[in-house]
Amino acid sequence: MINRNPQLNKHRKLQHLLTTEGLPVEILLQILDTAETFVGVTERDVKKVPLLRGKSIFNLFFEPSTRTRTTFEIAAKRLSADVFNLNIAVSAQSKGETLLDTVNNLAAMDADMFVVRHSQSGAAHLIAKHARPGIHVINAGDGRHAHPTQALLDMFTIRRFKREFHNLRVAIVGDILHSRVARSQIHALTTLGVPEVRVIAPKTLLPSKVERLGVHVFHDMRSGLKDVDVLMMLRLQKERMQGAYLPSPEEYFKNYGLTPEKLSMARPDAIVMHPGPMNRGVEIDSSVADGGQSVILPQVTFGIAIRMAVMSILAGQQV
Amino acid sequence: MKIHIRNGRLIDPGTGMDAILDVFVVSGKILAVGEPPAAFQPDNIIEADGLVVCPGLVDMSVRLREPGLEYMATLESEMNAAVAGGVTSFACPPDTDPPLDEPGLVEMLKHRAKNLNQAHVYPVGALTQGLLGEHLTEMAELRDAGCVVFGQPDGMIANLRILMQAMQYASTFGFSVWLSPQDMNLAHEGVAHDGEVATRLGLPVIPVCAETIAISNIILLAKVVDVHIHLCRISSAEGLAMVRAAKQQGLSITCDVSINHLHLSDMDIDYFDANCHIIPPLRNISDRNALRNALWDGTIDAICSDHAPVDEDAKLLPFGQAETGATGVELLLPLTLKYGMEMKRPLVEVLAVITNKPAAVLGIDAGHLTPGASADLCIFDPETYWKVTAGALLSQGKNTPFMGMEVPGKVRYTLINGNIVYQS
Repeated sequence: MINRNPQLNKHRKLQHLLTTEGLPVEILLQILDTAETFVGVTERDVKKVPLLRGKSIFNLFFEPSTRTRTTFEIAAKRLSADVFNLNIAVSAQSKGETLLDTVNNLAAMDADMFVVRHSQSGAAHLIAKHARPGIHVINAGDGRHAHPTQALLDMFTIRRFKREFHNLRVAIVGDILHSRVARSQIHALTTLGVPEVRVIAPKTLLPSKVERLGVHVFHDMRSGLKDVDVLMMLRLQKERMQGAYLPSPEEYFKNYGLTPEKLSMARPDAIVMHPGPMNRGVEIDSSVADGGQSVILPQVTFGIAIRMAVMSILAGQQV
Repeated sequence: MKIHIRNGRLIDPGTGMDAILDVFVVSGKILAVGEPPAAFQPDNIIEADGLVVCPGLVDMSVRLREPGLEYMATLESEMNAAVAGGVTSFACPPDTDPPLDEPGLVEMLKHRAKNLNQAHVYPVGALTQGLLGEHLTEMAELRDAGCVVFGQPDGMIANLRILMQAMQYASTFGFSVWLSPQDMNLAHEGVAHDGEVATRLGLPVIPVCAETIAISNIILLAKVVDVHIHLCRISSAEGLAMVRAAKQQGLSITCDVSINHLHLSDMDIDYFDANCHIIPPLRNISDRNALRNALWDGTIDAICSDHAPVDEDAKLLPFGQAETGATGVELLLPLTLKYGMEMKRPLVEVLAVITNKPAAVLGIDAGHLTPGASADLCIFDPETYWKVTAGALLSQGKNTPFMGMEVPGKVRYTLINGNIVYQS
């Protein structure tokens, strides 16, 4: 029994943002275009627009995260919404309250939107399915499954620097297996018409049948980076650096860390991206991270515009 | 009590009988089939026009959740569900809390079940204490308390020396050993089949080799130890091929499949449907198709419901955290019939895998209509479809991937020892 896409309402408009998978290209472009209008806002002296005045947005972080939570908070405040941060990892859940109890209690406080981060794949879908009508859910990362706003800000960055998607060769490098960012990037890139998406990783960090997502698999970084236009590095979690996935961070860096030498395999105008926070000297060399081809800081800036765009579209309020 | 069951389509899979014949029941036994015995005066006549009269179903795995897990279901609720599903005998796995590893627990369960006067309950004794895979249970004592076979339902014992000795000890007394072929290191924290769906959804995986490596180890041990092995819930085509080969080599081995795995694949997980969080995981379509075909060449011996009622809250969680399993004892007949129709198989052959064949694996005298046998009967309407809804299920567990589906086959009467224990 295949359900209709739970992200869209019956008029095929976005009602939740849970994953980039299955999102129509028009909606992806609508988000990117709306974000363009907000980039201007963030560059103004008065960085606020009154689009979401009176709306209540709850940041529900069941898994700790400072960066992502902060960017959502800034985005909501620039839209003049009221923002409430709940660090649930240390409150209700430890008292035995279930995920849905927590959500229903907050919904009863007249929430308009939930921004959800959870360690389990599917948590945001579950909340969206059971939240009362009218509440919008934004997935800020669920387990290994999806992190759609990260992927969208990456698409925004690519479009800013490369203009088009249809002529690009993009490589995603690192721990694809555990990465919600990679999955969301792959779906967004293929939907936007990128003709060649590559994933580069050792076999221990690749999920099976990943090629069915429409990507080409490389285990050797030098051949994988040959002639690419965009390099998307992934963060390697500390607990996976030494053990049964990888022997050591040093060996990982040697084979999969992005150095100037490996970067030279890519096109000379290739851009380097990273969702942050970076492990310098593990997945990326400092000279690359801070170098001329890096667009890592613009990514962060655009992240706010993208989250403003998603929130305003969900609330039905666009400039 | 004398009962005359009139004009039903009598199907006795053990003998291959499929004909319009009457059944005569006296004092809890089947007295005769076909012509009425001399001077038979029934107290009760069941008109079975248009209905199938067959042996009561035998289910290889029904969890009653007692002792210890009453928040999920109770003995009463699940015993009612069983007879509503036409199930008159079933094995219950030892994965209760505490597990069925002490004679007292088994006696209590048997006693409570017997007082309800419903289906015959056959507890599977725990193979190791606490199901921890370390110390053997008192199997002979457990047999005296009512256990018929011994099993380890939560995957493989990691220490193969202990598994081998458990097999040897069980075989000393002629007990069968029921194992769930899943290597726990390979399964690790997996919740879904290692394929495209899990990759897409970002779910931790249980690869097929978790099953095949376990089967391989079991088969190699069974070649050394002369013991009957039953493999519970085969899920993969590769696993089946190994069982098929072992059977051809003459090994004493049987296996079953759950009704869920015959109908579903990992695709049915859709957007994280926690009702599809089932162990072993639902595998891909070609695995499912291999399972569907393996019932006819004798590789798979029986279909079971793998009944696992779960309280609602335990499924209202992200997929990986949701309790595993599906309620199913009331769906065993409908889903087996549906499967038989889809495979275009004669009813007599289809009913065999839920009556006489599982009875043979369990080693119990059930699942046939021979005169003199206990009058355990299922009388059902094969033409009536019904919708699976929470209200339609008597089980306390409403957790099923088949919720909302129209299924064929409505049980009209269930008889146990000649008593009508369910009627609709």
